[in-house]
Amino acid sequence: MVSAVEEKLKKEYSDKIQEMFTFRDDLNVVVKPEHLPEICRYLKTDQDLKFNFLSCITAVDYLGRRQPRFEIVYMLFSIPNHYRIILKTRVDENDAVPSLTSLWETADWQEREVFDMFGLKFSGHPNLTRIIMDDDWVGHPQRKDFPLTYELPQFSFSRDDIDTRANAPWRGDNDA
Amino acid sequence: MPEAKTMILNMGPQHPATHGVLRVILELDGETVVKASPVIGYLHTGIEKNMEAKTYTQALTMTDRMDYLAPMSNNLVYAGAIEKLMQVEIPPRAEYVRVIMTELTRIASHLVWLGTHATDIGAMSMLLYCFREREKIIQMYEFVSGVRMMSSYFRVGGLAKDIPDGFDKRVKEILDTFPGRINEYEGLLTENKIWRNRTENVGVISAEDAVNAGLSGPNLRASGVAWDIRKSNPYSYYDKFEFDIATNDKGDVYGRYLVRLEEMRQSLRIIDQAIDGIPEGPYITEDRKIAPPPKERVLKGMEELIHHFKLVVHGFQPPEGDVYFSIESPKGEIGCYIVSDGSKKPYRVHFRPPSFVNISALNRLVKGRMVADVIACIGSIDIVLGEIDR
Repeated sequence: MVSAVEEKLKKEYSDKIQEMFTFRDDLNVVVKPEHLPEICRYLKTDQDLKFNFLSCITAVDYLGRRQPRFEIVYMLFSIPNHYRIILKTRVDENDAVPSLTSLWETADWQEREVFDMFGLKFSGHPNLTRIIMDDDWVGHPQRKDFPLTYELPQFSFSRDDIDTRANAPWRGDNDA
Repeated sequence: MPEAKTMILNMGPQHPATHGVLRVILELDGETVVKASPVIGYLHTGIEKNMEAKTYTQALTMTDRMDYLAPMSNNLVYAGAIEKLMQVEIPPRAEYVRVIMTELTRIASHLVWLGTHATDIGAMSMLLYCFREREKIIQMYEFVSGVRMMSSYFRVGGLAKDIPDGFDKRVKEILDTFPGRINEYEGLLTENKIWRNRTENVGVISAEDAVNAGLSGPNLRASGVAWDIRKSNPYSYYDKFEFDIATNDKGDVYGRYLVRLEEMRQSLRIIDQAIDGIPEGPYITEDRKIAPPPKERVLKGMEELIHHFKLVVHGFQPPEGDVYFSIESPKGEIGCYIVSDGSKKPYRVHFRPPSFVNISALNRLVKGRMVADVIACIGSIDIVLGEIDR
């Protein structure tokens, strides 16, 4: 099955696909962010492929390991044909990725989660706001430079040091 | 800004019928729902972030805490993803026990759903009956793993420990009593006039909309899409057993109820086929780079001691790469995406939480319905907030 999808994609979009490989029986396709909606539309509507189910959207932060820094991963599934494809696109911190909300309703919340956790922007998203963290949260927790925890000062006479709320990196400077 | 003729009603996060800390902002026109916006995040504990700081085996214990009503399914998807990445061969004995325990989990999860959902709509006695039966399955958890809820029973490569003597006898007791119990539930609800009035044609979603909204599991099958990962992409030993995919074409709350009841029967069917076939043999892989040797051998042999020490201190190190593995949990498709950088800790773990995706379709289900139907719809989606917020 994988080879059929691979061939079809190669025939149609050989110039727009950056990389294509099979890892542990799953077909991975890397595309540029600007070509993402076009390729997704093709995958969804093509009569032979019918990747009609968007399982999952997530991202990975390869801080200091790769350039561009982030990789957004889309898991598509074809309910009629029972096969899966993993689409990837690589972006930097300030790049915007076209939103897939016009193709799949489920992309709405999942893109919001990626935005909340990684701070990546999706252009054309109807309501790109935080979904899990508080609205006034500073920073994006799933980034690798966001600390899992931070150390409390062991001993200090300064009230500012002791006030752990102000000290916490995710509180920003505006917390009086 | 909503127009002056509509009213905003806040429902939750502390509300008995939201199954946890779900908050829904309802925009109402009289008693008709114009818009329902779920607000989530009250139970966010950073499970995915925390996993990055733990070894693969340590992180497994956190998966129990996501969907705490179906801990074994979460264990299975996480262990399965790593096994896929490391290409581990699982012993048949472990696979049989995995199938039996995940199917028991499915029944336990559906029982909690049925009890709470029915209570929400007014059938108060259901909760007691369902929890009485669920207790039997929770006791099975305790029997095999020593823990009632957060069992962490499945490990990478197999099981945490062998099943105790008398396992099959106790499972058979459940198999004997259960079909009668499900008939009792049906007797209480299926033809009950009040139940049908509250659930029929409420929260209807078409097959096309359901696929588009990403619904999976019983919610999708109740809209007539016969997709079950156990059949479509069989994992573990599911291709060895016969069962039917429960579907319904109504797409309403009542349809979802019927699908889940049928699923419980099908789960019993799978367990019935599996229970007599549990083969003898190891319960965890004998690849010593993944699973430690039995303790009594660690105390006697040098090589075993080294393996044990290395696994405890360093853990195992999967090869570099990323995989996505998904299974059919009681709530729908639960998927695990793992990125490994070749070290003992996962570089990134992401779960595709079925509850998260399913609740995002709430507005579509309740728009234009009455306030009381919101309760019925939330119940019928079957959510667990621990999994939504992670």
